[in-house]
Amino acid sequence: MLDLRAWLTPLARAHGRAPLQAVRRRRERWARRSMEALTLGTVTMVPLLAAALIVRAWPILMAEPLSKLLLSTDWHPLRGAFGFYPFIMGTLWVTAAAMILAVPPSLLTAIFLAEYAPNRFRAVAKPLIDLLAGIPSVVYGVWGMLTVVPFIQKTVAPALQRTLGAVPLFESDNPTGYGVLAGGVVLAVMVFPSIIAVAEEVVRAVPQGLREASLALGATRWQTVRNVVMRRAWPGVMAAVVLGLSRALGETMAVLMVVGNVVQLPRSIFDAAYPLTALIANNYGEMMSIPLYDAALLAAALILLLIVLIFNVASRLVLARLSRA
Amino acid sequence: MYKPQIQIQDLKAWYGNGQALKGITADVPEHTITAIIGPSGCGKTTLLRCLNRLLEEVESTRVTGHVWLNGTDIYGPGVDVTDVRTRVGMLAPKPFPLPMSIYENVAYGRRIHGLRLLDKGNGRNLDRIVQRYLQAAGLWEEVKDRLHEPASGLSTGQQQRLCLARALAVEPEVLLCDEPTSALDPISAQGIEEQLLALKEHTTIVLVTHLLRQARRLADHAIFLWMGELVETGPAEQIFHNAQDERTRAYVAGNIG
Amino acid sequence: MTRRKARLEEVGVKILMIGSTAIVLGSLALILVTVIWRGLPALNLEMVTQTPKGGYYLGKEGGILNAIVGSLYLAGGATLLSMLVSLPIAIYLQVYAARSRQAELARLALDVLWGVPSIVYGAFGFIVMLWLGIRASLLAGIITLAILELPIMVRAMDEAIGMVPSTLVEASYALGATRLETALRVIVRQTAPGLMTAILLAFGRGIGDAASVLFTAGYTDRLPDSLLGPAASLPLAVFFQLGTPFPAVQDRAYASALVLTAIILVLSLVSRALAGRFGRHIVR
Repeated sequence: MLDLRAWLTPLARAHGRAPLQAVRRRRERWARRSMEALTLGTVTMVPLLAAALIVRAWPILMAEPLSKLLLSTDWHPLRGAFGFYPFIMGTLWVTAAAMILAVPPSLLTAIFLAEYAPNRFRAVAKPLIDLLAGIPSVVYGVWGMLTVVPFIQKTVAPALQRTLGAVPLFESDNPTGYGVLAGGVVLAVMVFPSIIAVAEEVVRAVPQGLREASLALGATRWQTVRNVVMRRAWPGVMAAVVLGLSRALGETMAVLMVVGNVVQLPRSIFDAAYPLTALIANNYGEMMSIPLYDAALLAAALILLLIVLIFNVASRLVLARLSRA
Repeated sequence: MYKPQIQIQDLKAWYGNGQALKGITADVPEHTITAIIGPSGCGKTTLLRCLNRLLEEVESTRVTGHVWLNGTDIYGPGVDVTDVRTRVGMLAPKPFPLPMSIYENVAYGRRIHGLRLLDKGNGRNLDRIVQRYLQAAGLWEEVKDRLHEPASGLSTGQQQRLCLARALAVEPEVLLCDEPTSALDPISAQGIEEQLLALKEHTTIVLVTHLLRQARRLADHAIFLWMGELVETGPAEQIFHNAQDERTRAYVAGNIG
Repeated sequence: MTRRKARLEEVGVKILMIGSTAIVLGSLALILVTVIWRGLPALNLEMVTQTPKGGYYLGKEGGILNAIVGSLYLAGGATLLSMLVSLPIAIYLQVYAARSRQAELARLALDVLWGVPSIVYGAFGFIVMLWLGIRASLLAGIITLAILELPIMVRAMDEAIGMVPSTLVEASYALGATRLETALRVIVRQTAPGLMTAILLAFGRGIGDAASVLFTAGYTDRLPDSLLGPAASLPLAVFFQLGTPFPAVQDRAYASALVLTAIILVLSLVSRALAGRFGRHIVR
């Protein structure tokens, strides 16, 4: 137990002796001001980030109209053509694939841990899932290259080509394994812990009395979860999903290593793609040697930042609306 | 002589390693209000929660013994827990309206069991069912114009009456009430007590209460527990005015617990 | 929904849930097994005690000591720097600003910063580097990583400090202590394990990140010898070794990945153990 008294008594005795009190007060004021400054500094960091990117991306933002930059598929830096559309699409495709693959298992796992699993299982499973969150993205990339890509190349692609090959989404001739699906799978696993951790907490937080009210009426556990618990936990669960989404959008290394990095508009999940993050990471070396290339890549970073910001703000608004409802 | 609706036989319960009920054997007569009384921690709520098998939802609890509900042991092999809970309803101390409208709260039980199941020729109209039970709970007049508003907008007293309507809507044979008025102001509490008195003709009521005066007001039959053991059980007349066990006499006089 | 259907549904959903949990935990197992299986054979003492010698990337001798030390310096420096800024901010948010609009705004900003991709931080670091005229270096990497780690650390510290029982804080004020004194003497002691966990969490994030050091820390085959010189990092070591066409070098990449993963695992264990140890002084 802390011995507060012993430490504070000499100070208390000094009460009334003007100089000592003044020292403490001055220290307090100085500390408060500097902490406040640091905190406000953090707030300015956000506009600062955006501003820095805008300034450096300015040359290209001035050189081409925004619509051309965002919607053109022509990407030939040496010729001065910078159409970001393939990369924006690449990011969207891979992120969508990741979320479709990640959300159902994550939510089911979260509900399982919160509502069904015995406490001892939870105590073991939760730290393990946290571990998944700590694994660096290069390691995920290595795993993707060693396990996921060959599996897709040899098993998944041929199987889907045989059964659903008529659908352009699942078409693949001469699959390499690298592509949207590989990126989606790797990202999905990366995103599991983000969604599960928050969703599980939110579901657990629903008061027990509410569950009992439903169970006492003869509902099964699942009926209770679906009709009562999830209704209460819905906004928080959505927040968890958005968290995962934002992680998936911004991921660089792991995706870069398995997604193929071909500048094209993906048409099938087995097609290679080139997300914005991979674009920036792959080409930073040549940035300074080609005119406007550095501005272009920093513009890509800016687009990425804006997408993430918009998602953040939009999800907050939606969440606020949902919570009130 | 009364006809027992519930027959509890050598019921024991544990929370982890601690034994909360040490072998209870007692009857609950039908169409009465049976009060379970005793000082805090004596096992009243535990006993109540064994009667609708809600106790086992908490991890590391264990229950042995038998509870015969109209001749069927609810702890027997192959018994469906959700079936038991449809026949034995519960009213909790703190009202927990479900996150839905007033209407949906009352309709919830019916919906999850399938409308057809419990109809008994009383009309398939869910609206009429909802109205009937809101009336039975004494809430109809106050909410009939805002049935589709969220239940969370009601006052605590109204919410408890809503929970009562909700519990009654699945037409249980027995209604368990766990300190149902403890969160309520005196007027709402009185309202609930009046509803319970009116209900006992159709539904057997088991009431846990730490308020001796409430027990005196409402009970036809009583079960007195002390430290997880059954001390005495019998008609209210006996327990409150002519107890056989001296501990019962002391408790009822307010000298202990 | 009849009773029987409900029961069947319950069983079906349970199967789905257990299956999902198996997928999640199974993925973890698969990743660890893959990294160990491919990395262990190529891992030897030489790898962790030597820097790359001539021709390393063609398959000749050497190791990744440059990257190991580089990563430790980068993440260590960044975590230290970040800690110096994060702790005051967390204390300010909890002790001084509490529920004010200021605190709300700050937490919002921190949330946004938390979601910013690490490559954007890398780009920002790059811009600052150009503006200040410094080259890709240990210092630039440390600063960039520190900015990356900041929102993570502040959030974790904020949460830890938020768990101090208010009665404890009030007791300190009642004895005449100023907010600063309370913060430093009482709160920090009480939340020491939580703060430790926050620091280790941020460190783990820093050491594993590649995108932010890609632009800013450069790469070198030598051990980092000055703040203004480039520094290698483990994630980039993995990446670059993987990029060569020689299987022997690629195997070394797997070994490097194993080393990196091992560091993270050890960090995780240490963090949990510390949380237990430091908990001695806590008032419960």
